[in-house]
Amino acid sequence: MDTREGMTTEHPENAAAFVANDARLKWHDESLWFVRQKRDRATSVIPEWETLRALGADIKAHTLSRLADYLEEFEQKATALGAHVHFARDAEEHNRIVHGLLARANVTRVVKSKSMLTEQCGLNHYLEAHGIEVIDTDLGERIVQLRHEPPSHIVMPAIHLKKEEIGDLFHDTMGAASGTSDPKVLTEVARGRLRGNLLAAQAGITGVNFAIAETGGVVVCTNEGNADLGTSIPPLHIACMGIEKVIPRAKDLGVFLRLLARSATGQPVTAYSSHFHGPRPGGELHIVIVDHGRSAILGREHYRRTLQCIRCGACMNTCPVYRRSGGHSYGVTVPGPLGAVLAPHIDPKKHRSLPFASTLCGSCSDVCPVQIDLHQQLLLWRGELGHAELIPLRKRAASQLAGWVLARTWAYEFLGRIARWILPKLPKALLRANDWGRQRELPPAPKESFRELYRRRRGQ
Amino acid sequence: MIDIALFIPCYVDQFYPKVGLATLELLERYGARVDYPQAQTCCGQPVFNSGSFDAAKPIADKFLEVFSSYQYIVCPSGSCTSMVRNHYAELVPDRIAELRSKTFELCEFLHDVLGAKPEGRFAHRVGLHASCHGLRELRLASGSERRVQPFDKVRSLLSGLEGIEFADLSRGDECCGFGGTFAVGEEAVSVAMGNGRIADHERGGAEIITGGDMSCLMHLDGLLRRQKKPIRVMHVAEILAEATGGHGHT
Ligand code: SF4
Repeated sequence: MDTREGMTTEHPENAAAFVANDARLKWHDESLWFVRQKRDRATSVIPEWETLRALGADIKAHTLSRLADYLEEFEQKATALGAHVHFARDAEEHNRIVHGLLARANVTRVVKSKSMLTEQCGLNHYLEAHGIEVIDTDLGERIVQLRHEPPSHIVMPAIHLKKEEIGDLFHDTMGAASGTSDPKVLTEVARGRLRGNLLAAQAGITGVNFAIAETGGVVVCTNEGNADLGTSIPPLHIACMGIEKVIPRAKDLGVFLRLLARSATGQPVTAYSSHFHGPRPGGELHIVIVDHGRSAILGREHYRRTLQCIRCGACMNTCPVYRRSGGHSYGVTVPGPLGAVLAPHIDPKKHRSLPFASTLCGSCSDVCPVQIDLHQQLLLWRGELGHAELIPLRKRAASQLAGWVLARTWAYEFLGRIARWILPKLPKALLRANDWGRQRELPPAPKESFRELYRRRRGQ
Repeated sequence: MIDIALFIPCYVDQFYPKVGLATLELLERYGARVDYPQAQTCCGQPVFNSGSFDAAKPIADKFLEVFSSYQYIVCPSGSCTSMVRNHYAELVPDRIAELRSKTFELCEFLHDVLGAKPEGRFAHRVGLHASCHGLRELRLASGSERRVQPFDKVRSLLSGLEGIEFADLSRGDECCGFGGTFAVGEEAVSVAMGNGRIADHERGGAEIITGGDMSCLMHLDGLLRRQKKPIRVMHVAEILAEATGGHGHT
């Protein structure tokens, strides 16, 4: 969870820069809202949707309650199928293991299907620094890779870009005719290029959506079939997953496949759900299971539920703040409400503004297919940051003062009266120089407060 | 007779006394004995949501001291009600049960406890702003994210009024962007969200934007007045009090 180049770690500043481009703001908001509506339609035809969510949440909560056992079972079963299972404590170890496997097989060209975990671990940079070429095969992922920037969304990595911008990019990098902005044409151009990359690849890296303890198999969901292509040509397949991806039984998979695609894109199911049960004949399958801070979250009762996440991205699509500030404004691999509760675990000081990048509207909690109480967690983080004195001093002092006043009726009444008396007398310029008044009028300042009116009415 | 303690949020007390009065009148009109405990100040939400849980604790203690002895506590704000009902558990965990069962948001109280069916005339086209905490923390309506039997307590209270029309919104329950200190801490996004909401209500032809939380309305009103737009804001209590005044009730 690195901080992005050129971005501060303060969400309000990054967000203001995004908001400043009104056209992009509107279009970004509308594109994601469109996906949210598609999700609404897709879930409305499932009468048991809420039951399904509860079931998904229960299965995940159960799995987390005995995660070590299920991981062990998974390791045994996967090994029995002929896969090699590796455990990595953190990003560094994960990258080292993957590189080791590639180096051993003399691999210099790798294709990767979208994986937020490897993104989080900075795998591409690591491999490139070791002289290995990595090509992302997911179209959106390839686009941001060519632009040398991180994904702005976990499911739709290039959602922040307009098709014209992608046309320009493809003109510069892939020889597309200048001025092309037809998505179909652009996709064809990219496809042509990717075909070459796929044929030349010596290894394929994929993420993992679900790892089944009972069978030892892993499942990867894509819409472009790139996980299959990337693993069926080269003989070496490396699948990278976080420890929380395991589910107990094969029959649990159906619950999550139904929840995932509908929540992510409003599709009944992803176009490809690829199952890998052991290596293909003559090939090698390595599964790298990464902790990277997850077991620390597991140990924290309040926050444990975030590990139930199936990375559908619905919380981002629904989040009114994400839609209007863009994924890059969060400065971390996983943006939005989910990212805002995950990032502070890694570095609370650096990401202290993220739990405040929310109105606590609660839409994320209600949309989440596995019932993670995201907005509650944001609130808890605020308390924790306050407790650790990681909130800017000015803000903390203001809260302390307000707390003191509000606990004392006389002080509250006295200051209220002064505020109502002074506000109308203040020069306009002053009122318009602060963050409330710059774009909004202040509320009216009535002569009498409610309690004064009440006293008068009751003749007190 | 039902005994009610009015809980008037601090900013309503100071800036929107008429909303307090409308609430009082409305409840009295339904035959309740209403008291306004004058030692009250605030639920502590602004301090709590800013991350200063320790500074919010004495405010919660005070709230308990002021309100504990009453049969019901009724508040014309979903957000402040939710603070007491859902978040005081963080601050006063051992005393939360008694508060939880008797603290109500105004519309919820009218709808669930009194079974009120307000009658009267309010011949305007209103845009209903579903405030997030009322919607998703108090469940005053079903919410567009969840697949449950649709319901909307605020709307059903208002829909009995003669002549009232509702603006059709393309995003029925999207957040207005107020969010307490969010409104200043994230000014840019907050204003963008507020303007988005206003545009939706304008498209729907609303003359008045109403809702159960004056704080959201204060934010929208601030934008409306700065941009000199003709839409007004009114708290639901004001509409109900105005419409039902002199008409009696059921
Ligand atoms: S937190 Fe929930 S909504 Fe967000 S990505 Fe994870 S599963 Fe999806």
